[in-house]
Amino acid sequence: MKITYCDALIIGGGLAGLRVSLATQKKGLNTIVLSLVPVKRSHSAAAQGGMQASLANSKMSEGDNEDLHFSDTVKGSDWGCDQEVARMFVHTAPKAIRELAGWGVPWTRVQEGSREAVINAKKTTITEDKDRHGLIMSRDFGGTKKWRTCYTADATGHTMLFSVANEALKKEVAIRDRKEAISLIHENDTCYGAVVRDLITGELEAYVSKGTCISTGGYGRIYKQTTNAVICEGMGAAIALETGIATLGNMEAVQFHPTPIVPSGILLTEGCRGDGGILRDVDGHRFMPDYEPEKKELASRDVVSRRMIEHIRNGKGVPSPYGDHIWLDISILGREHIEKNLRDVQEISQIFNGIDPAIEGPEGWVPVLPMQHYSMGGIRTKKTGESQKLNGLFSCGEAACWDMHGFNRLGGNSVSETVVAGMIVGNYFADYCLENELEIKTSLIQKHLSDEEAKIDKILSLDGEEDIFKIKDTMQRLMDKKVGIFRDGVHLKEAVSELQELLAKTKNIRVKSKVKAGNPELEEAYRVPKMLKLALCIAAGAEQRTESRGAHFREDFLKRDDVNWLKRTLTHWANEDDTLPTITYEDLDINKMEMPPAFRGYGAKGMIIENELSIKRQEEVDELRERMEDEGKDRHEIQDALMKFDLPMNYRENNERIGDKS
Amino acid sequence: MSDQRDITISVLKYNPRDSDSNPEFVDYHLKETPGMTLFIALSQIRQEMDPDLAFDFVCRAGICGSCGMVVNGKPILACRTLIANYPDGILQLMPMPAFELIKDLSVNTGKWMDAMSTRVESWIVDNGTEIDITKIEERMEPKLAEEIFELDRCIECGICVASCATALMRPDFVGAVGLNRVARFQIDPRDKRSDEDFYELIGDDDGIFGCMSLLACEDHCPKNLPLQSKIAYLRRKLVSVK
Repeated sequence: MKITYCDALIIGGGLAGLRVSLATQKKGLNTIVLSLVPVKRSHSAAAQGGMQASLANSKMSEGDNEDLHFSDTVKGSDWGCDQEVARMFVHTAPKAIRELAGWGVPWTRVQEGSREAVINAKKTTITEDKDRHGLIMSRDFGGTKKWRTCYTADATGHTMLFSVANEALKKEVAIRDRKEAISLIHENDTCYGAVVRDLITGELEAYVSKGTCISTGGYGRIYKQTTNAVICEGMGAAIALETGIATLGNMEAVQFHPTPIVPSGILLTEGCRGDGGILRDVDGHRFMPDYEPEKKELASRDVVSRRMIEHIRNGKGVPSPYGDHIWLDISILGREHIEKNLRDVQEISQIFNGIDPAIEGPEGWVPVLPMQHYSMGGIRTKKTGESQKLNGLFSCGEAACWDMHGFNRLGGNSVSETVVAGMIVGNYFADYCLENELEIKTSLIQKHLSDEEAKIDKILSLDGEEDIFKIKDTMQRLMDKKVGIFRDGVHLKEAVSELQELLAKTKNIRVKSKVKAGNPELEEAYRVPKMLKLALCIAAGAEQRTESRGAHFREDFLKRDDVNWLKRTLTHWANEDDTLPTITYEDLDINKMEMPPAFRGYGAKGMIIENELSIKRQEEVDELRERMEDEGKDRHEIQDALMKFDLPMNYRENNERIGDKS
Repeated sequence: MSDQRDITISVLKYNPRDSDSNPEFVDYHLKETPGMTLFIALSQIRQEMDPDLAFDFVCRAGICGSCGMVVNGKPILACRTLIANYPDGILQLMPMPAFELIKDLSVNTGKWMDAMSTRVESWIVDNGTEIDITKIEERMEPKLAEEIFELDRCIECGICVASCATALMRPDFVGAVGLNRVARFQIDPRDKRSDEDFYELIGDDDGIFGCMSLLACEDHCPKNLPLQSKIAYLRRKLVSVK
């Protein structure tokens, strides 16, 4: 029995996990990071456009602060988020970006003087003040009041990931790649580490720890059409689900990004539209202003994606061998801008589609279509990042439902969440590992190891007719078709029963090669059932939720229902042999909200079933605000009176801004 | 579609962990689909013909640097390789040299890159100055930030190493990738290392003086990094130390 002991075990080596490792290492904990791939290859590297933080340095972000970032995030979430968590996040984001600057991220900087920019398809001159020169720059993204997204051209995730990964090497964090956690070791509602499979040797080993943190990213590969990397199969969330104890939150909240390129599904950043790019239909007409007169192409992602599909359904899509699509036109930004700030976008368009998007006119237009992009749902946690049910199991980043995104995440808030949650949850996680002793019998470890060994042996012994690759493909296609952007009860019901059938079929497969090492089909064979369980959580949760909120859109229930559905879906897998998750709900309390539910400011109007508490709470908030303003209180004091929040380290301190002094 | 072209993907298969395995080329015959990349072709081969075939893809968009392999003699990112660019429809695939072979087309670039990163101390050395993250950040000239970014674009795919004659002769050579990392920190004002410090790290034949200027690193770099001019600059700089 091969056992490795440590204080803090981190599963997943993307930005979130690596930032957590720096928090635990700093507090003197013996830390191990496990990763499917060399950590610098993690999907965090694919975040292109940037990271939201309200630094308010550049002209177009003047006056920005935590309050505006908070309000944009809550509206973006369609009031599905935990507002305290959103506050914790927006308050720490400026600190995260400044920390990263210290670790070497070459953030694009403000250049004093005038420059040309494209806003609403018109050339505009923006003049940056001298006192802002050299501070961190920001660009526009969807659903935001100010230009808040800080960036390094369109390779932001890459530069952030390399800085944090190298910082982890500098601090001598033990990073072990090509290791896959396949189950969690737990007893009496407490987690003690994981059973891990070495992806080179095929060997199983136990990693036993005081605390375990899952930061394995999203589950996009449950869908066929996705921008996600091939490793984003949701295995972290799945092994938490398979404990039967930990819960997953809001799994039906799945984001579809408006502009992946057709047909490969590779993402073209929201920065394309943030920088002034527009969407055109089959006639070359810019249609978004017809639907969204105020925010146009820069409404939130759920809204833009739906409008695009709606327009295609109205017969205005561009026909192609891969079905109808929409055109993305960034040529109006000019070659110089594209070759400097949207270089990867240009490279992707050229290499995969043979199109140079800097060429003006139809020749430079790029085919795009909304596809799965982000998992708002994940392991449901407390504000500290610890599972609500399984002690000692923490989670952060896309793998978690912390829950700052609710039913729709804003562009630029995910890569920001990775490092911010890494800081906040990382510190709470470190404290847990410091405060708790490891008391566990080796027989328990042996049992978990033997169970997993037996499962692998069982898979290799199966001699059925089914092919695991085909099961996976069927699941992905049915998720696209029946649990996609537009949903309804009939198709969701079908999806649930078809997924159950597929789950049953995984017990009747045959893996052709019987070796335990270097056997890709074996890996599919133990992963796909886990993916199907996640898919069932998504489909069942979506079927139950008879309303439309954020990215969850029901054609048979078009309104957001604040009377019945202001709640978070919780799913757990009660018994190993169940074919359906058990669903419960967690209410969101309007009376505790700093910002009670209202209209988002984009999307269709009059589509809310209002809760009478919303208006009452709004009156309370307005009254308190007015009174405190009269008393001369500042925005921080007013915010504190409305809704308190805590943070570890010095993260609760105010963020200094250049505008403060004037 | 009946006009689909027949293509042949020939892969050098070998499992060093299996004593019965011998290196051999295995041919796979398939139909080319529109816009087919090596990512699509290899995934199809694994699903339909050979579930045992090992290769590495992560982002499949040319961003993560996982899928370097030698295609018809040239090291290249497989995910960005279009089958249509090979007129005779025959592609011969081999794992990248210079790295530990895991199986078939899968090589351990991660292990190599971690060792290189540690060797050249591929991080900001600021002598322990803690920055106050509640305060306004240090300013940086926009042009300089761009220059640093330009060198920071390296994705550590290992193609420069697989292209490099020195790397094949000297297993401990840090490669263009390692030298580029040093060049990146050398121009970063946040890094407090002097040229003497960098000399200590790479002032030998496994470092800056090992490069024979054969230029293959730059020829093959998928990110078009200015490797040769940076190596030349660094060599000039460091040869004047001491």
